[in-house]
Amino acid sequence: MSQGLVTVSYVTATILFILSLGGLSHPETARRGNYYGMAGMAIAILATILSNAVHSYTALLIAMAIGGSIGAFAAIKVKMTEMPELVAMLHSFVGLAAVLVGYASYVDPNAHMLGAEKAIHDVETYLGILIGAVTFSGSIIAFGKLSGKIGGKPMLLPGRHWINLAGLIVVIIFGKIFLNVDSAAGGLFPLFVMTAIALAFGIHMVMAIGGADMPVVVSMLNSYSGWAAAATGFMLSNDLLIVTGALVGSSGAILSYIMCRAMNRHFLSVIAGGFGSDGGAPSASGAAQPQGEVSPISAEETAELLRDAQHVVIVPGYGMAVAQAQHTVYEITKWLREKGVEVRFAIHPVAGRMPGHMNVLLAEAKVPYDIVLEMDEINEDFPETDVVMVIGANDIVNPAAQDDPGSPIAGMPVLEVWKAKTSIVMKRSMASGYAGVDNPLFYKENNRMLFGDAKKMLDEVLGALRG
Amino acid sequence: MKIGVPKEIHAGEKRVATTPEVVEKLLKLGFAVTVESNAGAEANFSDDAYREAGASITDRAGVWDSDIIFKVRAPEVHPELAIDEVESLREGSTLVSFIWPGQNPELMERMAAKKVTVLAMDSVPRVSRAQKLDALSSMANIAGYRAVVEAAHAFGRFFCGQITAAGKVPPAKVFIVGVGVAGLAAIGAASGLGAIVRASDTRPEVKDQVKSMGAEFVDVDYQEEGTGVGGYAKVMSEGYQKAQREMYARQAMDVDIIITTALIPGKPAPRLISAGMVESMKPGSVIVDMAAEQGGNCELSVAGEIVVHHGVTIIGYTDLPSRLAKQSSQLYGTNLWRLSEELCKNKDGVIDVNMEDEVIRGATVIKEGAITWPPPPPKISAAPTQPAAAAAVAEPKKAGFKLPACVTTTLQLGVAAAALIGLGMVAPPAFMSHFTVFVLACFVGYMVIWNVTPALHTPLMSVTNAISGIIVIGALLQIAPPEYTGNLTGNIADLITGHDGHAHTIISKIIPLFAGLAILVATINVVGGFWVTQRMLKMFRR
Repeated sequence: MSQGLVTVSYVTATILFILSLGGLSHPETARRGNYYGMAGMAIAILATILSNAVHSYTALLIAMAIGGSIGAFAAIKVKMTEMPELVAMLHSFVGLAAVLVGYASYVDPNAHMLGAEKAIHDVETYLGILIGAVTFSGSIIAFGKLSGKIGGKPMLLPGRHWINLAGLIVVIIFGKIFLNVDSAAGGLFPLFVMTAIALAFGIHMVMAIGGADMPVVVSMLNSYSGWAAAATGFMLSNDLLIVTGALVGSSGAILSYIMCRAMNRHFLSVIAGGFGSDGGAPSASGAAQPQGEVSPISAEETAELLRDAQHVVIVPGYGMAVAQAQHTVYEITKWLREKGVEVRFAIHPVAGRMPGHMNVLLAEAKVPYDIVLEMDEINEDFPETDVVMVIGANDIVNPAAQDDPGSPIAGMPVLEVWKAKTSIVMKRSMASGYAGVDNPLFYKENNRMLFGDAKKMLDEVLGALRG
Repeated sequence: MKIGVPKEIHAGEKRVATTPEVVEKLLKLGFAVTVESNAGAEANFSDDAYREAGASITDRAGVWDSDIIFKVRAPEVHPELAIDEVESLREGSTLVSFIWPGQNPELMERMAAKKVTVLAMDSVPRVSRAQKLDALSSMANIAGYRAVVEAAHAFGRFFCGQITAAGKVPPAKVFIVGVGVAGLAAIGAASGLGAIVRASDTRPEVKDQVKSMGAEFVDVDYQEEGTGVGGYAKVMSEGYQKAQREMYARQAMDVDIIITTALIPGKPAPRLISAGMVESMKPGSVIVDMAAEQGGNCELSVAGEIVVHHGVTIIGYTDLPSRLAKQSSQLYGTNLWRLSEELCKNKDGVIDVNMEDEVIRGATVIKEGAITWPPPPPKISAAPTQPAAAAAVAEPKKAGFKLPACVTTTLQLGVAAAALIGLGMVAPPAFMSHFTVFVLACFVGYMVIWNVTPALHTPLMSVTNAISGIIVIGALLQIAPPEYTGNLTGNIADLITGHDGHAHTIISKIIPLFAGLAILVATINVVGGFWVTQRMLKMFRR
């Protein structure tokens, strides 16, 4: 295949990728968008394989066959509640690939440049491997945290900012050494050191981030994987890689930004780690511990309340995902809707462990997407709502975010469920959420607590409704 | 404790401070209730009805001997009946009624001298918790309704437009000045009768309320914010007032009925409708001046009377709520019961005037003979300003190391420009073309991603993930490069093997190994990513 044809194929692939992302703006066009993406990828891979740059196919086909089968297997087997883990895992693969490609490119004797061109190329290689390594180790840790193999609590080393800074300086110093060596062989050592530091940095960075910040981390790693691909593109002078990497990189960056805004946190303070870590412990909130008694409620009483309601809003959180309760939730929704009760879902942007997590779970349970609303769409409807069911969510419905300036989550936009006539919070126990903040909602007069496993309790509620 | 409800002595006052319905509720709070004979007669509540509800009926003296007195009007002297209500107050007792302490300093002095506790229903602070005992609002609501009824009574035509066999009737045009509770009630009543309703107010935030009631909001062509403390209006600037007068003059020529409700707390009512404007109105038009008692919004209105000037009827009744005596007694009585609830939290029939409670503190104008009016300013107005305060509290902590926004922006722009210039100076042309592509792609991504609906964020991530598997291309290019031509760079091979001879074989094994691994993991990404996205998207359904 001539170089011209390859370029045309790359341009087509690029356009298809852009259309693919554009298609995701609405559920109706999203599937078409995904097909565009597949077509783009197929064209890009075929064009590359058929181009003059590739000569032997055996190893290539074997690797692709193995990788493809693993990917397909994982995609079929994964449960919707495990989506965040899968996505994190996939990020790590991009990072790993970037590192491998970077090393292979560096030792490739055919790449031969001089002067500024070589310097730029070396910087590109260095950066590509750096980003790839951070993405790789960070994603592995994120995977571990999301799947519960590593504890969700942030691990805060003393002086962690200084450790990061020192790592950065060492990386820069070795970068200089790397650029100054005349022989390609001499460059390997700085490259190894940098890779080790980058891996350690990736681990350290994600270890220091709490469970509630996971949506930011996942989208940030998504962004990194894009930048890694873009850096590889620079390294190999391949425009398709650059464009695609930049698309993915900016997409992840925007998602991270949206997530940060939804938590009213600064991006840097999330990355730098730890909840409420930017300036000591939240001292003020200690004095303002919510007082009062919680009123528990039984599943039967909950069913009674739901049956008498006109407008019901369900607020799902991570607890629903953990308990796999989305199907029961839909059964209850269906029953209520048949009885003429208006049921809607309110989704906080950071509910769950990755952006859009709750939407996917509800979609899996066949909840129609037009009754699933975003926070801004539904927040002003709470005063007219009869019953709000909060399923395994805590911080996203915490009135302290609005009322208590000393609270670590102060200023975070929250779902104003306490404005409804009655709110029912389903929880395992009185433990606080990931932010470690007590929730004054539980003590409000119009709030009821339904203690127990979300799935079990909802099953009982459903039974009581039908009974 | 015993609550006494005397008959109102103010001329024309038909209201009564409690109703049989409310009496039952007061009894539940643990109080005993005694009502003066015939107190509710004018509001159509008979003594028998009170008796049935559980109240006792006594004479005037017996009522005033109670521990707590519920009244509508402030205590006054009635020479004809030879009654001085202040004198009737028993030392140590508590009086709850409208007082208007700002306008009645003399009365305040006299009551204080009697060593009583006085709660003024007009001084209840305007906070959301106190809404249920906001008697001003409930009275204003009734007054606004009654104003429209009075206007309709005096107006010689239908309110609603009709096409009859005898010809076409145009709808009446009603202009309402001042959209507080009374104004809104008037809008509701007037549009309920079918009139075309317009309204104006100095506070722009009521615009939406006006629209929600189905009326048209008439703006004054001048920029000034008119919201004062506690959600009330304030005095406006000269320039605003001029523009406002022009607007009123235009409306006066056009409309049939004007209802004015403009009041500023503690000040005489603003003069909004001049004699000239009245004269410019069509004969048969009606003005209802609900502010007549405080001096009137219309220059020609006379408090408590109807005046006809130039064919225009100007109604200055000051007793509009009293003209709906049954309704207003019921609402006022309920307000008093709500206040009793606040005063008697234990439901044991004993009141506790808790000065720590913001609502009770605001309402209490005399506490055991000491004048406690005016109260400290309310902490929260009807529209909460707390977030701003909270932000102010949080801010100083960080202010120490924050540069002004413009400096930061300039710095950022400067750094970015310097970086770009530096790059342009050293980078080879080939790199710059890639760089162009990169920057443009970032912007395309930025534009495209903002359109993605939040519900699809997870599929977006998995699809971008699959797409970032494009890195497979990089690996593909490396797995089987063109034949190694030797001689170019032997150095790496030297380092690894130490022997020139084996270099080629080692290199030719390492690169494909790395590239093969990269292809493998990247393909997992591509296939897995697209597949799982497809799986997810299939589930999204309407």
